[in-house]
Amino acid sequence: MEVLVYLVPLALALGFVGLLGFLWSLKSGQYDDLDGAAWRAVADDEPNGPSTPGPTSANGPARL
Amino acid sequence: MQADIDFSHYLKRTGAGLLQLDLAVEGINCASCMGKIERNLSSIPDVTSARVNLTDHRLALEWKAGALDPALFVKRLAELGYRAYPFQRNNAETLETERARSLLRRLSVAAFAAMNVMMLSIPVWSGNVSDMLPEQRDFFHWLSALIVLPAAAYSAQPFLSSAFAALRARRANMDVPISIGILLALATSLIETIGHAEHTYFDAAIMLIAFLLAGRYLDQNMRRRTRAFASNLAALKAETAAKFISPTEIRTVPAAAIKPGDIVLLRPGECCTVDGNVIEGRSEVDQSLITGETLPAIATPGSAVFAGTLVRSGTLRVRATAASGDTLLAEVSRLLDHALQARSRYLRLAERASRLYAPIVHATAFLTMLGWLASGATFHDSVVTAIAVLIITCPCALGLAIPAVQTVASGALFRSGVLLNAGDAIERIAGVNRVIFDKTGTLTLPELDVANLASIPDDVVKLAGRLALSSRHPVAAAVARAAGASEPLADIEEEPGRGVQGYYEGAPIRLGRPSFCGADILADEVLCRDPEASVVAFSHGGAKHVFAVRQRMRPDAAEVVAGLARLGIMVEIVSGDREPAVRRAAETLGIHKWRANVSPVDKVARIESLTSRSYKVLMVGDGLNDAPALAAAHASMSPVTATHMSQAVADAVFLGERLGPVMTAVSGSRRALLLMRQNLWLAVVYNVLAVPVAIAGLVTPLIAAAAMSASSVLVMLNALRARTREAV
Repeated sequence: MEVLVYLVPLALALGFVGLLGFLWSLKSGQYDDLDGAAWRAVADDEPNGPSTPGPTSANGPARL
Repeated sequence: MQADIDFSHYLKRTGAGLLQLDLAVEGINCASCMGKIERNLSSIPDVTSARVNLTDHRLALEWKAGALDPALFVKRLAELGYRAYPFQRNNAETLETERARSLLRRLSVAAFAAMNVMMLSIPVWSGNVSDMLPEQRDFFHWLSALIVLPAAAYSAQPFLSSAFAALRARRANMDVPISIGILLALATSLIETIGHAEHTYFDAAIMLIAFLLAGRYLDQNMRRRTRAFASNLAALKAETAAKFISPTEIRTVPAAAIKPGDIVLLRPGECCTVDGNVIEGRSEVDQSLITGETLPAIATPGSAVFAGTLVRSGTLRVRATAASGDTLLAEVSRLLDHALQARSRYLRLAERASRLYAPIVHATAFLTMLGWLASGATFHDSVVTAIAVLIITCPCALGLAIPAVQTVASGALFRSGVLLNAGDAIERIAGVNRVIFDKTGTLTLPELDVANLASIPDDVVKLAGRLALSSRHPVAAAVARAAGASEPLADIEEEPGRGVQGYYEGAPIRLGRPSFCGADILADEVLCRDPEASVVAFSHGGAKHVFAVRQRMRPDAAEVVAGLARLGIMVEIVSGDREPAVRRAAETLGIHKWRANVSPVDKVARIESLTSRSYKVLMVGDGLNDAPALAAAHASMSPVTATHMSQAVADAVFLGERLGPVMTAVSGSRRALLLMRQNLWLAVVYNVLAVPVAIAGLVTPLIAAAAMSASSVLVMLNALRARTREAV
């Protein structure tokens, strides 16, 4: 029974580490998009195709 | 059109020389959209990150400052087939998100503590019937206290602060009995631990907190999601205004960035996005969204225009005002305040349940204590038994009963195109037994449509449609839509206020006012047949034709009226439009009760007279003139095309061309209310079974924990039944 004095705090400490882990994941925004996250897991990670530079002309304000 | 958005209002600079932009994107509905958009936009050089949020239908972009023009992203998305518009989180949404997060944080702490306390409780429960030494038990109890007390101090704050606020205001809400139960359970357990007792309720107290927080979080998350979607809609409406940045130069800015005193240019075919006064120009304006009147009015310098006014013919310069002093708007605001005060008197189901619940439970616990004292038990034992009663009657089933159903039901409604604005919308919509529809823009679609297409030869329609592409007049746009035209004619010039003209196959071709095309007599004939239509004439050489343009009914309006009648709901039309137009709509849909030329005041009066005869009215309307009525009604809905003010006061907003969502909202809400009531009864039945056991003093912490979890899970499972949608 003496062993409980070590084991119980150890078990609690492990649980606490898990809680800290959850709080960290919440803080880093991993729960902001649950629908997306569900699909990202099964998405095919294709490497990006050839990059096509688009036009970069800036449109100024319309003039009357 | 999209190219001249002023993005500067939306860009955020990060420290590392990067720019950030959030876009609301329309049309994302599957995972492949997500991959497609991200791959395409990441491939643009200098873009450091493109991430789609599939939950909120948004796209977060980051790129090297100065490297590219943000308009490129909108263009790319348009090529992929998605409409996108920059957007900025408003304060309300940020607040909701933050609240949901903090509830989730507290929930995780409570759940962690509850699970770990179980690790200590189960040995105690099993040890109590076998060979556990009192010292060991005390050690475990102290450990439980060490875990639960700090966890509860953090995670129970929402209940404690809300209960405290209620007590300070001399009111009682659901949080008061919850807080009393939690505090008493914790205090007793601590005293029992000090007194080397056999039973403590630490585990029950923290479980109770965890279950209740789960209910709160569901409720909050539903609200956050609706709010996020509503801001997307607002962003995608792309309300911009052409603001004069110097006497001769205009720039397109988001309507939200217009301040009182700014001068705005309104061109034909544009919808005004600000309230203000005309300072220059003359035009026919369509105020149907404001007053319900479908015939155009004339705006001249000095007259007031409101957000939602459609400019038809000339160009106007408008000076924006903060709140127009015009009678209509002032009157609407006054009526609105009055109606909203009346609405706040509605008592939610949960509140009514808690008003019954708290006194009964507390009285039962008190009587239990007195009864045990009278039967000769010690004071200590009597108090512990009384507290066991408080714990076993835990409101966790009650606290979950309603939020769980609301979450599931609002999710189902969300998928069928109904966004709920108010937390108690489901209950109120479920109770209605009368529906009042506004006509213009609610029963009819906001866009115009050609009514006499059948009587005009096809080739003429096609040609007129191509010519109409050169005009910005909304009536001409309806002709172009009807013809399905896509190739404009060459060398066409517009005569403002009269029409467009040019040459086609050697003959003059014109489209516009009947007088402009010399088709007055023909136009009069058409108007005789269809008095509330707008006419537009077309002439090619000597041939003359007149198109009658009018608002079209929503395609399923008649079905919805019939469906509501099947549910036993009477339908009537109350509209600000003229009598012939309203009569015609009512006859088409088979509605016997209708009123025309109704002012905002009279709309409210009509609702109040129905309410006083104990009808519960659902008002469906879109105009500024409907806003007070929407607020005064028992429940209210607006189409997504409604004015801001109407959407803000409506309980629910429905999307799309069809009226079906109104029907879905009523039937779905009725089903949800049924389930809420069932859940409350489940909670009551559970209490009826559990309380006698507690009064008898037979409840051990083990039984309390098992009973509490079982009742909560049962209620949750029942709530999931709100998912199945009946076919409407």
